[in-house]
Amino acid sequence: MIFATYFILAILAVIIYSIFEKGLTSISWEMLTQIPQGGYYYGKGGGILNAILGSLALATGATILAFVIGLPVALYLNVFLIRHKKVIDVIRFLLDLIWGVPSIVYGAFGFSLMIFFGLKTSLLAGILTVTLFILPIMIRSMDEILRTVPIGLQEAAYSLGSNKSEIAFKIFTRQSFSGIITAILLSFGRGIGDAAAVLFTAGYTDHLPNGLLEPVATLPLSIFFQLSSPVPEVQNRAYASALVLTLIILIVSLFSRGIGKRYHKTKINF
Amino acid sequence: MYLLNRDQRHAVNYTWMIISLLLVAFLPFLLFLGLYIKSTLLLQEYSLFDLIFSKTWKPASGQFGFYPFIVGSVWVTLVAMLITAPVCLLTAIYVTQYTKKNFLRIMHPAIDILAGIPSVVYGLWGILVIVPFISEYLGPWMGVKTMGYSILAASFVLSIMIIPFVLNILIEIFRAIPMELKEAALSLGATQWQTIKHVLLKKALPGIIAAFGFGLARAFGETMAVLMVVGNVVRLPKSVFDPGYTLPALIANNYGEMLSIPRYDSALMFAALLLLAVSLFFNLVMHFFIVRYNKY
Repeated sequence: MIFATYFILAILAVIIYSIFEKGLTSISWEMLTQIPQGGYYYGKGGGILNAILGSLALATGATILAFVIGLPVALYLNVFLIRHKKVIDVIRFLLDLIWGVPSIVYGAFGFSLMIFFGLKTSLLAGILTVTLFILPIMIRSMDEILRTVPIGLQEAAYSLGSNKSEIAFKIFTRQSFSGIITAILLSFGRGIGDAAAVLFTAGYTDHLPNGLLEPVATLPLSIFFQLSSPVPEVQNRAYASALVLTLIILIVSLFSRGIGKRYHKTKINF
Repeated sequence: MYLLNRDQRHAVNYTWMIISLLLVAFLPFLLFLGLYIKSTLLLQEYSLFDLIFSKTWKPASGQFGFYPFIVGSVWVTLVAMLITAPVCLLTAIYVTQYTKKNFLRIMHPAIDILAGIPSVVYGLWGILVIVPFISEYLGPWMGVKTMGYSILAASFVLSIMIIPFVLNILIEIFRAIPMELKEAALSLGATQWQTIKHVLLKKALPGIIAAFGFGLARAFGETMAVLMVVGNVVRLPKSVFDPGYTLPALIANNYGEMLSIPRYDSALMFAALLLLAVSLFFNLVMHFFIVRYNKY
């Protein structure tokens, strides 16, 4: 048992170590600040700025969209349906079902939707697909926080004459503010790291995206493409890109851990 | 201060909520329907049985046999579960029964980080560490010739990827077992290990099965990391050291040319449909295990 536990910790250490060790030796300032130049994939100059910005834009867009759809659903479950346990259970069950669907299936689905609407591979199509993919994650993690809000708080608000949507948007969101931020950051991390969903829909380009309807490069795909190159310099860049992606995700996850401790001001303690 | 009065704002918010809720509630059906419509083209021409059990995959000449991919996926998933299951179970028991509360404070961030690492990075790590390890040490030591890109490599990377997922569920399950139950067993003179074996594990069994089931479903659909280390050879694997091909990898590798060959896109959508069906099925069954578990 002790062995199994430390095996997991050791594996984590090995992964982090090998990513950092390989990445740090090949990362450079040029890589972070330039877009690929001609012959980049044969080892010539340039960087992965297109992929970094593309990934950030894609994940941000998808997170915002998922938040706009997800927050009302989570609130509805916990304020409006609080007396209908059966209905809540069914919806939570559906959410868990779609949480389990592999991201490649979302990719394929997004692709067939794209063809159906006559879109090309673009930032927009990528955002929509990733939104579908992170939506259940977002809703379920908000839901877990919102369901801890005590019923007494709701009753107090009713007694002061609030209606249900005021309770939802003014009281529940404030009471669970830190949890909601955590849910957003968690979904962002998922969205930025996933490659299978954007493989079909976001496309790939060496340029910075100019609009929603243009293809966009993403970090996971740029790692994947650079790694499959036979040229060693390009492979080294893949390690550096992996380091960048891992760092982004580590920062996001550290941030979301820290935020829970910070925002206590708006929260009423019982 | 506000554009609308109170009741109007309530109405707007309410509509917003209902629309979002309907969208989310219909999403699984939409997914299924969308992929099904796309794959009807293929299903009209071939029987489901033929598609699943025929062994030849030659899209250019119209032969779509998914059997090698299904076998590859099943191998990779099962071997991964063989590694993950004992490790997770033992760790969960150790962490919840033998250590102090503070240990969980170290364990939780570690699990979170493992869960957060993107699958491409896992794949890259597999290429850097696991593949050379298998081709240079494990293969020769076992007396087999292998390139390293194999079912085993994919399984190993995959098992690491689903550890945080399974472990989280298991820890939750063990922590939910009431203290009194353990105390009762201990007061009857059972040792710590006897208590764990006869009381805890028995009580948690449906939950444990569910955790493994969720892990299995997750592993079955994992794409990028597996794609990068599995070798991608369309052939029935004879041992875990052979390269293989999985269903998700099939979709991801061929999306580029799928519009150029007739019925190819339909075949790939059918593969996605299979994945969706497997994932929904497992999650459904495991959900009922969990529900049963909660009833006790």
